[in-house]
Amino acid sequence: MSTTDGVLVRVKEVDKVFRRGSEEIHVLTGLNLEVKAGEFLALMGPSGSGKSTLLNLIGGLDRATRGTVEIGGDRVDQMSDHALSGWRARHIGLVFQFYNLLPVLTAERNVELPLLLTHLSKAERRKHVEVALGMVGLSHRTRHYPRQMSGGEQQRVGIARAIVTDPTILLCDEPTGDLDRKSGDEILALLQALSRDHGKTIVMVTHDPHASARASRTVYLNKGQLFSENPG
Amino acid sequence: MKFLYLVWRNLTRRKLRTTLTILSILVAFVLYGFMGAIREALSGGVSVAGADRLVVRHKVSIIQMLPITYQQRIERIPGVTLSSHQSWFGGIYQDPKNFFASMPVEPERFLSIYNEFTLPEAQRKAWLANRTGAIVGRATLDRFGWKVGDRISLKSPIWQHPNNDDTWQFDLVGVYDALKKGSDTSGFFFRYDYFDEGRAYAKGMVGWYVVRIQNPDRAAEVAKAIDAEFENSPYETKTEPEGAFAQGWAQQIGDMGKITTSILTAVFFTILLVAGNTMAQSVRERTEEIGVLKAMGFSNRLVLGVVLAESFSIAGLGGFVGLGFVWALVSVWNPVPSMLPVFYIPNHDLVVGFILVLVLGFLAGIFPASQAMRLRIAEALRRQA
Ligand SMILES: Nc1ncnc2c1ncn2[C@@H]1O[C@H](COP(=O)(O)OP(=O)(O)OP(=O)(O)O)[C@@H](O)[C@H]1O
Ligand SMILES: [Mg+2]
Repeated sequence: MSTTDGVLVRVKEVDKVFRRGSEEIHVLTGLNLEVKAGEFLALMGPSGSGKSTLLNLIGGLDRATRGTVEIGGDRVDQMSDHALSGWRARHIGLVFQFYNLLPVLTAERNVELPLLLTHLSKAERRKHVEVALGMVGLSHRTRHYPRQMSGGEQQRVGIARAIVTDPTILLCDEPTGDLDRKSGDEILALLQALSRDHGKTIVMVTHDPHASARASRTVYLNKGQLFSENPG
Repeated sequence: MKFLYLVWRNLTRRKLRTTLTILSILVAFVLYGFMGAIREALSGGVSVAGADRLVVRHKVSIIQMLPITYQQRIERIPGVTLSSHQSWFGGIYQDPKNFFASMPVEPERFLSIYNEFTLPEAQRKAWLANRTGAIVGRATLDRFGWKVGDRISLKSPIWQHPNNDDTWQFDLVGVYDALKKGSDTSGFFFRYDYFDEGRAYAKGMVGWYVVRIQNPDRAAEVAKAIDAEFENSPYETKTEPEGAFAQGWAQQIGDMGKITTSILTAVFFTILLVAGNTMAQSVRERTEEIGVLKAMGFSNRLVLGVVLAESFSIAGLGGFVGLGFVWALVSVWNPVPSMLPVFYIPNHDLVVGFILVLVLGFLAGIFPASQAMRLRIAEALRRQA
């Protein structure tokens, strides 16, 4: 992935407007953001300020109303839907608040899902899954179903699934939002290690100052704009 | 192929629901098969009727008889090559519900007009040699477990035998088969000379004539000539193609058949709608999961494929097993052999059934699948939060 001056994510003058009937909701207005490769960025802000919306724009899950979104030189805002899904498969790892594992699949099958989109052989996929589950410390639970695991363990499976394809950037939307303090800390330590030891670029949405303290930088979203200090 | 496991796990996610859905589709296609067989049974005589055969009957009604002397006059009419008469005997074997058609005929003419029936040469000779001889179709032979050589007694509510009240004795000398699938092989045929000599009244009168003509294209013309021949006689005739004749005959039970098939059709489509809705519902329940797959990079086409594979599996499992089962069932079992002598599922109904299974799989899958495909990922993921 080509980066100039080490900037991986470049969001420029982005507006995002939602329409609910005749009503227009301006969620993001002229927003600018740059994230350097290898950075662990925490994104904070009040509920409804548009944190998930911004994360979706970076991950190519939604489109900006105006402005440009560039990831590693790729203009995400200009890609077709079809091109975007291929691009996501290669470059984006997603971690959700509610884990969003498929309940019918075991941990290893869940982690294998994104690899099904690659050309890897069955044996290679198995190897990758093993490594990813090992990195999150779940080598002993590969055959368990999500309902047989605690929230913290499910989230670790979620992280293994997000990193198994070795994506360019990891996007986490309140990854500890549904966990108790201890499990949450374990997840944060894991993300921190991924950033520090493996050079992963991470953007993490959180409400928790304790969580943002683990990040290398924190930005605050309020009234459609980003601030480097907490404005509230 | 690597996605099949995902399809499989989705199918087995709620085993009871999947099983019931498959079973209901199976039942629907069993009904469908029966429907096809019943419809064929009611019109079967018509579709296998010879195009080169006309039936000459009394102008007023089939019940009224015609003189035997008409035979020669019919055969003199240009375009007619052969004629053979039949009469309604109404024979009862042991019990009235054991119904099958029984008729006195002239063996040689009968066999040559109905050349779709095959009778072994030795049995043909035996029939010609034995005045009390009778032949029966394979279906009725099997139905009662008769054997060639058996002595069969039939009672006729119409024809009294002067010697022994209303019971007629026959020697079973042969069994005929049909060359063409769908031909009725339930009939029982015996010799007219034995019948005419034995009956107490109406000697020299026959039920109707079956006439073979040279050129089916000229059927209307020949029919007109026959009816003209007997115009203004005491026994005026009505001549029509055998198909039309059989159809009129079938009309009597046909109405009941129509009611049966329309009820079955309604039931069939109701079951399909319910099953289709259940299948669609089970996909709709997974909106967020599909959203996650798409977020991960599953393309719209892939999501469509995975969902369709699932609905095709359910429809195929229920539908094809159902069709196969009813096909096998119908070939060994007939619910009312007396009324439905010809009972099988016509090939075109099987083909249509096959297509219906595919259509069901497609329609039940395409709506939720295209919904899933169009689903905006951000929306799908928001549903849970
Ligand atoms: N698809 C949509 N249609 C209409 N409005 C939307 C849509 N998605 C988001 N919004 C609105 O945009 C605003 C920002 O939503 P978003 O989910 O990004 O907030 P958030 O900062 O992630 O909040 P939270 O902390 O509660 O997760 C909210 O007012 C929300 O109601
Ligand atoms: Mg949010």
